This record gives sequence, structure tokens and C-alpha cells, in this order.
Amino acid sequence: MTIKAEHEIHQRRKGRNIGVGLMLAGFVVLVLALTFVKITSGDFELPRAEAIE
Amino acid sequence: MTDISYQNQAHEGEASLGDYFALMKPRVMQLVVFTALVGLLAAPISVHPVVAFASILFVAIGAGASGALNMWWDADIDAVMNRTAKRPIPAGKVTPDEAKVLGVALSGMSVMMLGLSANLLAACLLAFTIFFYAVIYSMWLKRSTPQNIVIGGAAGAFPPVIGWVIATGSMSVEAWLMFALIFMWTPPHFWALALFMKSDYDDAGVPMLTVTHGRKSTRKHILAYTVLLVALAVGTAFTAIGGPVYLTAAVILNVLFLKGAYDIWRRDEAQAEADGYKVEKSFFRLSLWYLFLHFGAILAEAVLPAAWGIWA
Repeated sequence: MTIKAEHEIHQRRKGRNIGVGLMLAGFVVLVLALTFVKITSGDFELPRAEAIE
Repeated sequence: MTDISYQNQAHEGEASLGDYFALMKPRVMQLVVFTALVGLLAAPISVHPVVAFASILFVAIGAGASGALNMWWDADIDAVMNRTAKRPIPAGKVTPDEAKVLGVALSGMSVMMLGLSANLLAACLLAFTIFFYAVIYSMWLKRSTPQNIVIGGAAGAFPPVIGWVIATGSMSVEAWLMFALIFMWTPPHFWALALFMKSDYDDAGVPMLTVTHGRKSTRKHILAYTVLLVALAVGTAFTAIGGPVYLTAAVILNVLFLKGAYDIWRRDEAQAEADGYKVEKSFFRLSLWYLFLHFGAILAEAVLPAAWGIWA
């Protein structure tokens, strides 16, 4: 049996890595959007210590 | 390492992303997302779309995490039952340890993120729901009492309450009515399944009502729970989350559901065997539509201002 450069296992691993990468990128974007919404909403207040400064 | 051992490792040790996703019980997640979304939209306080999207996503991830923990714990009985034998762990695609780690990690992440995106009470409720499903139901009740489905059904009933709490930050009667609807619906739904998945639970040694009390008693139980469910479901029409759309849907669905439960009660095993559990299977299918359409009607009442106008 010859050793193939691209085994089925590599394809599966590649697909998994791309999937995890996309999910992490999506999570970062989601946290960014959440943060933006939270700090621009009307009832957002700085913590007391920072507000005094 | 020989080619053969390499090949075997490749199949056993390298799950695809889809296998991990299957661990999270995508079908259950669909129901969780839908009912939590209805709870959120039926609440009297509106939520920013980004916060709503993120919060529902974290609830879904929490539900998926508890599904993975359930599959880790139940891998031995899943392997014996026809219905669950193809799940990722018994099929050899994912190891039990991977499922456990995924479940614990996603549980922690989803609870923390829900606390940040919504509020602490919603996060605590999600944590309790995961604990209830993974520990109280999967590890304790499922293998020890025929009431497993009755009490364990509470885990599936929490999502609309969580949705409501995401929006309001507190609980109210309406949220618990939605809880009660799913809670009372779960036993007849699963007992109908247990009737026609005949030997599955017996083979696995799970003390379902069909195994411990017999099929005749299970049929009686289905009818009794359905009668209580009908009263609750129709009565909800006259609360703040009900209205004319909900009442119409509830009356039609509950007449059909009650008739199905009555037909199941009237039959015996010989009749059921003769027609391949036709009535039980159609009652099970109807039960899926029953829950979906009740929550759809609650959603319609919440988002269709015209319906409110007519009712008022």
C-alpha cells in the first residue's frame, strides 16, 4: 500500500480545524458586538471607582 | 506501527466536527432554541436583538452541553437500544472522555456568557437546568424510577422560563405556565414512544413505566396526563400570554390530542401489534406538532399586535 500525502484523516482534521476556527472567529465577533451594544445602551454606567477618576 | 493499526486509529480517534455536533443532540437544541425564544419574545420587556441572539445561542450551547454529558453517562445503555445505537459514542466515533470534557467545558462557558449577556438569574437557571438534566435525570432518576420521565421532564421545560428571565430579569406566572405546558406534555410524549419502541427500554434495563407497571397502566397514565395537560393548555388562553389565536390553536390541538390519548387507552396490545402501533405512532407525531404549535401560537400573540387589539 502506498502512502498518500493526503489521507482521509487529514481531510477530516482539516475540516475540523476550519470549523473550530470559524466558530472562534464568530465568538470573537459576537463578544465584540455584545460589548458594543452594552456600552452604548442608555443604562450603562462605569464602575464607581473608575467614575470618580 | 502497521498500516492496519494506523487505519483503525484513524477511524476511532479522529471524529469529524459533525460527530461532536451530534453529541449535542441538535433536535433537542432546536426545541430549546424555539421555546426559549418564545419565552423571550412573550415577555413584556423588549431586548436588543444582539443581546437576544447571543443569549439564546448560549442557552442552546448549554442545552447541547447537557446533551453531551447525557451521552457520556448513558453510553452503555445507548449501545443496547436500537434508537440510540448510532449515537457518536456507541458508534465509536467519539470517546466517552471527549464527550465529558466537551460537556463540562461548554456548560461552564455557556453559563458564564449568559450571565454576561443577560443577567445572573438567567445564568443560574441555565446552570440549574444543565445540572438537573445531567445529574438529577441522567445519573439518578433515569435508571432508578419509572417516574424518570415525569420529573426529568422539568429539564426540558426550563428554556421558556430562561427566555423570559433573559428579557425581564425576574420570573412570573406566565413563565411558569409555559414551563408547566412542557412539563405536562413530556410524559404522554415519551410514554407513547416507549409503547412502540417495544423492547428498547426492556433491553437496556431502563425502568420506564412500560417495563415496571406494564403497557395497560402506561396507556392509563397517558390518558390521565393528557386530561390534565388539556385543562392547562386551554386555560393558558385566558392569561396574559394567551389570546384568540392561541385559544383557537389550543382548542383544535387539544381535541385531537385528547382523542389520540383516548384511542390509546381503549386499545390493548393485541390490537396495537396487529396494526404496527399505528395509533401510538400517530399520537407521538401529533405530540411534536402539539408543542410546536402551542408555542407558535404564544409567539403569534406576542408579535401580532392586531391579535391583542381584537382580544382587548
